[in-house]
Amino acid sequence: MSPPLLQVRDLRVHFPVRTGGVLFADYTPLKAVDGVSFDLAAGETLGIVGESGCGKSTLGRAVLQLLPPTSGAVAWLGTDVDLADKAALKARRRDMQVVFQDPLASLDPRMTAGAIIAEPLRNYHPELSSPDIKARVARMMEQVGLLPAMLNRYPHEFSGGQCQRIGIARAMILKPKLVVCDEPVSALDVSIRAQVINLLMDLQRELQLSMLFISHDLAVVRHISHRVMVLYLGKMMELADRDSLYRAPRHPYTRALMTAVPIPDPDQERAKPRAVTFGDLPSPLSPPSGCVFRTRCPKATAICAAAAPPLEAVAAGQLVACHHWRT
Amino acid sequence: MMAVNLSSPHGAALEAAGEVAGRSLWQDAWRRLRANRAAVVSLIILAIIAVASIVGPYLLPWTYDEIDWDHIEALPPDFALGHYFGTDSLGRDLLARTLFGGRISLTVGILATFVALFIGVAVGAIAGFVGGKVDQVLMRFVDLMYSVPLTFFVIILMVLFGRNFILMFLAIGAVEWLTMARIVRGQTLALRGKEFIEAARASGGSTTAIILRHIVPNVLGVVMVYVTLTIPQVILLESFLSFLGLGVQEPMTSWGMLINDGAAELEINPRTLIIPAVFMTVTLFCFNFLGDGLRDALDPKDR
Repeated sequence: MSPPLLQVRDLRVHFPVRTGGVLFADYTPLKAVDGVSFDLAAGETLGIVGESGCGKSTLGRAVLQLLPPTSGAVAWLGTDVDLADKAALKARRRDMQVVFQDPLASLDPRMTAGAIIAEPLRNYHPELSSPDIKARVARMMEQVGLLPAMLNRYPHEFSGGQCQRIGIARAMILKPKLVVCDEPVSALDVSIRAQVINLLMDLQRELQLSMLFISHDLAVVRHISHRVMVLYLGKMMELADRDSLYRAPRHPYTRALMTAVPIPDPDQERAKPRAVTFGDLPSPLSPPSGCVFRTRCPKATAICAAAAPPLEAVAAGQLVACHHWRT
Repeated sequence: MMAVNLSSPHGAALEAAGEVAGRSLWQDAWRRLRANRAAVVSLIILAIIAVASIVGPYLLPWTYDEIDWDHIEALPPDFALGHYFGTDSLGRDLLARTLFGGRISLTVGILATFVALFIGVAVGAIAGFVGGKVDQVLMRFVDLMYSVPLTFFVIILMVLFGRNFILMFLAIGAVEWLTMARIVRGQTLALRGKEFIEAARASGGSTTAIILRHIVPNVLGVVMVYVTLTIPQVILLESFLSFLGLGVQEPMTSWGMLINDGAAELEINPRTLIIPAVFMTVTLFCFNFLGDGLRDALDPKDR
């Protein structure tokens, strides 16, 4: 079997945060991503869910090499990326693109839609003539559902959904192999959200893309992903096939996330069983010892404070990091 | 207002009608600038003053340094003698001197400002975008330059290279770019964290490409305003240097020097002050309006 498109091994991204010191600063590492491993096959979508601040976006940026990882490896088609080799990095980025959360902020306000979509082409194909570029931009605009005649408009003249389509067009124009979608629909209206999700899925089929789909919206992730990873304070809690995860979540945190999704029927909503979590997210600067989730976990016992639970394969394609997953 | 508003239904119909040619930021800016009446009028007036300064002295019956010995006292305007604005207290034709002074003032003002613009934007954008050690070194150099007194700096240049007209651009430009660099660096720092910069990096843009394509166009609005403030400042600075004997020397002249001379005989001969002052004021006003128009024209949001 050919190696998976993307292999992430024990990836750690720590940011030094100044936590005191008068003359000489004391730094404490903020472990935004702490020991995450996964494989991504060609054409597969991996959903990444978690609360705000759990390291979802950092993980995405580290995979794209937009942030240098503290340790760990990101291998692409079986070979490691050397961050120092600029030419190799540029060649690698050709195959990896990103769609951002804020549609307007991710587009240069002084560039027209056409220039924005054409930018990756200009970077990677300086030999293309401007009519060629224009033709490809126009085709791409059609593909994402924008009128090619709008190429002279500026981002602020578009709606949020249209801006996100421009962002998607920019990400897709080089026909990448992997697209990291960093909460691409969180800033959009519900009606537009469905359109953009479906557009992403269509493009995925047409271009045989792999996707890392970062979101905190469980329904959206369920719709688009093949597998889902649950992150908490930078650590993997559970990684499973979509259906197993949504049918039988094993980790108490995943269960809590699932039951937190409101049901649009007040009677059912009141009657549904709720997995309890206590209190707020602990500070990522001083995470709890042992299992990071134990301070909010209804099942926590002494062992949880003593040792961090390893990732255990509890079923085919389902990994859980919890001492008490059996109960 | 714009000639064709693309957001209007009429504009949309035009767009849908067929092939739309791509436009650059500059084409767009030029189109918007032409729609700004104050900016266009300013541009025309500036062009007239510039052409008059360049060509005018050749067409007048008197040159700027020629003394009319028969009228060595300040003569009121006399068309028969060809002194259309009269003469100064040494009997030299005031119009010829004003136009010739315009040459010097405009050249120094515009060239020195552009020197400052290029160095300042380059240094500021690189320091702000690259950050780290590069930023530290560049900005400490700027701090160092700030602490050198201007007159001292100019005197050193004069001693080293001799008195030279070009040197004045360099000296003034070398001082004026400092503030520009700080302004641009601040703006760049604010832009650096924006998502569209990250997007540009993700789509394979090199540092140079990102600075030229994204950072510079986005700081231009602020820079333009500062440029329009700098041109008048430079024109005044030049007159200050000339007054100290470090700039242009008699019988050459500039607007700053003419105003200086005129101010000395304000009570007996206000004409010698008012005429160059009017030229200078109109020019400065026009630069301000033009700068305002440019800032608006370069901001696509401000339609």
